[in-house]
Amino acid sequence: MTPNQPKDQPKYKTSDEVDFVIIGSGAAGGVLAKELSTNGFRVVVLEQGPYLTEADFTHNEIEILAQDKLTNHPKLQPTTVRKTPDEKAKPQRALVYGRCVGGTSVHFTANFWRFHEIDFIERSKIGAVPGSTLVDWPITYSDLEPYYTKVEWEIGVSGLAGASPFDPPRSKPYPMPPLPVKSSGVLFERAARKLGWHPFPAPMAILSQARPGRSACVQCGYCLGFGCEVGAKSSSLAAAIRVAEKTGRCEIRPNSYVHKIELDANGRATGAVYFDEKRNTHLQKAKAVVVCANGAETPRLLLLSTSKQFPDGLANSSGLVGKNLMFNSGGTVTGVYERPLNDYKGYCVSRVLHDFYELDHEKVGFYGGGGLDARYDFTAISFAFGGVPPETPRGGKDFKAALAHNFTRTMKIFCHGTSLPVENNSFSLDPDLKDAWGLPALRLTYKDHPDDLKLSSWLFERAHAIHEAAGAVKKWNFPPQEQQFGVHLLGTCRMGKDAKTSVTNADHRTHDVKNLFLCDGSSLVTSGRGQPTMTIMALAFRAADRITELAKRGEISA
Amino acid sequence: MNESVSRRRFLSRGVTGLSAAWASSHWPALLAAASHAHQAANSATPPKFGFFTTDEAKEIDAITSRIIPTDDTPGAHEAGVVYFIDRGLTTFSVDDQKTYREGLPALQSRVAEMFHGKSKFSELTTEQQDEVLHSFDEQSAQGRQRWFRTSAGAQNLFETLRQHTIAGFLIDPDYGGNRDAAGWKVIGREREHMFQPPFGYYDRDYPGWEVAAKAEMKEAQKK
Repeated sequence: MTPNQPKDQPKYKTSDEVDFVIIGSGAAGGVLAKELSTNGFRVVVLEQGPYLTEADFTHNEIEILAQDKLTNHPKLQPTTVRKTPDEKAKPQRALVYGRCVGGTSVHFTANFWRFHEIDFIERSKIGAVPGSTLVDWPITYSDLEPYYTKVEWEIGVSGLAGASPFDPPRSKPYPMPPLPVKSSGVLFERAARKLGWHPFPAPMAILSQARPGRSACVQCGYCLGFGCEVGAKSSSLAAAIRVAEKTGRCEIRPNSYVHKIELDANGRATGAVYFDEKRNTHLQKAKAVVVCANGAETPRLLLLSTSKQFPDGLANSSGLVGKNLMFNSGGTVTGVYERPLNDYKGYCVSRVLHDFYELDHEKVGFYGGGGLDARYDFTAISFAFGGVPPETPRGGKDFKAALAHNFTRTMKIFCHGTSLPVENNSFSLDPDLKDAWGLPALRLTYKDHPDDLKLSSWLFERAHAIHEAAGAVKKWNFPPQEQQFGVHLLGTCRMGKDAKTSVTNADHRTHDVKNLFLCDGSSLVTSGRGQPTMTIMALAFRAADRITELAKRGEISA
Repeated sequence: MNESVSRRRFLSRGVTGLSAAWASSHWPALLAAASHAHQAANSATPPKFGFFTTDEAKEIDAITSRIIPTDDTPGAHEAGVVYFIDRGLTTFSVDDQKTYREGLPALQSRVAEMFHGKSKFSELTTEQQDEVLHSFDEQSAQGRQRWFRTSAGAQNLFETLRQHTIAGFLIDPDYGGNRDAAGWKVIGREREHMFQPPFGYYDRDYPGWEVAAKAEMKEAQKK
């Protein structure tokens, strides 16, 4: 137990067969821990990272951005990258994810819109897409709607219902009003309206009103990459884990790196094998295993868990574990304005636009859709590296002058869009490279579907139009490029009705192992239009309901 | 209104905007964190250098001063960047020691090659110094760098120094660089720990969502 944990938290013996062992404490794992322990089950959450809290979170960019205090460590956990399966992958940083209690939801930007109806049924609506394995979800938007509402109310999302004409139906308004608009939001809103589009206040997983034990946002300006010092960001740490702990039935066990799921002779999962901080190995026994380790580490764990029954990886009879990876396409168009926006103050995104969520693929000549948002996600340092106009010298008085003039006058329009599922795009085990524990490293294989790049270019043009209409003095973008690095890790153990074309069923239960459940970004069947965490949390709430029902019917432990 | 308030002062001043429940449960830990940051800030300007010799420090100071020069506003020198780098090389950036140990003599050889009879960067005129640094331009034109993510051997001293100089100039002053928030003053970043709207020029007269939506819709329909 670390100093940050509540003293009254239960401490289960590893030999004590708990009801559920949950692997990962992020957006999905935190919510599942809260729900399952609230429903009366005994739960152990194994988290590979440390247990940090608000008091540990700082604005220290050295710790956070250079020393990876909150994230996976490229030195301890190296990765390799290649574009296609016939290449040999080269060592290169492939991903960032949160490696602490609360996972990536601790350091994310907190954009929190729901997926729309189209995201779940796109394949039947538009037909087959060449070069893509696009399929429908086994559930629809209306199945998930009550859980989106649960996320908004229980986890805490600020926003304005009805503000976007493109929003899907909802059963309840947001529990609290949107956060105050920023200068970037005003410029974006006015310009987009001039162009006949429909900007709306950004739904954010950041409190605009205080809740018990959590402050409202104090507009410090350190969202992306940082943990929230005042508990305003609705991470699973701030909003779910603590509820789980209060049940007295849930133990959060940090610094526990799971590397194998154990099976018995009958093909049932018996628990999770992990290294503790001193690299001693333990087996936590459990009646059922729920893997919420993210879209990279979940498939890696399954691929590491080989056995006689599953020589190609656990629950991998479909051969799809790790495949159909989607990152979300996108990029930014940056603009500089005449007067200071001071957008470094406060949270990142105050206005969003969803007019292009569903595009007519015959008209535009590619498949996909997306959205635009007005944002500023720079710190002073990251602005100096990535925020100045591309022709700026890299040092000297003109560099300094560019920093001095542009830092307060810049905003970005972020274009976020679909990634089409492509089977070759994947996380797998590197045959040569090992991590610091001697386990095979993650290998990324990724080549964007050509339509993803076309979509980005198309959205960039609209972003330029908004900057133009808003009166930007200067604007630019870097051309869309094939991605070799991901933060949205989606689709790698997708859910589906058919055991041949998916890894889990609609209850998040693996087709192959009755008491093994997977729930996180890997469960997503399509990528949405960016911003997947809201949907990951909604899926986790729904999964908890499904799993509870199965357990109560005796269908898990039997 | 724009009184400069650091993290420490923010923490010791009161809890405006924070929920009382949160503050009371976190207060001791917050104070501990603030005191740690305070010590870190103080140790940013040690009386002695921990890694560099005095001569080396003079050279490094001169190079950082060309990356972010002093003109009518403070530059890397006034922000104490060389102290930030010196502390970094014995703490968070130990891996870069080799780059400095090997890179500085190499840079000085370049100085000697280019300017007969000179062996130190800091002895050159600023024009000559710039000439030396520009002689590295080609090698360093490798696109966008991620600061401190040095790959062994791939980066010359200039690349590393550029990253460290920017970090030392613009980091939150509580974390051991950017002395007196000199860098933030240059770029117009206020040192408050939290902010309130209106944030900037364009949101000052925002009439609220409903009003803005109606007015601008009408405008659009007129056209």
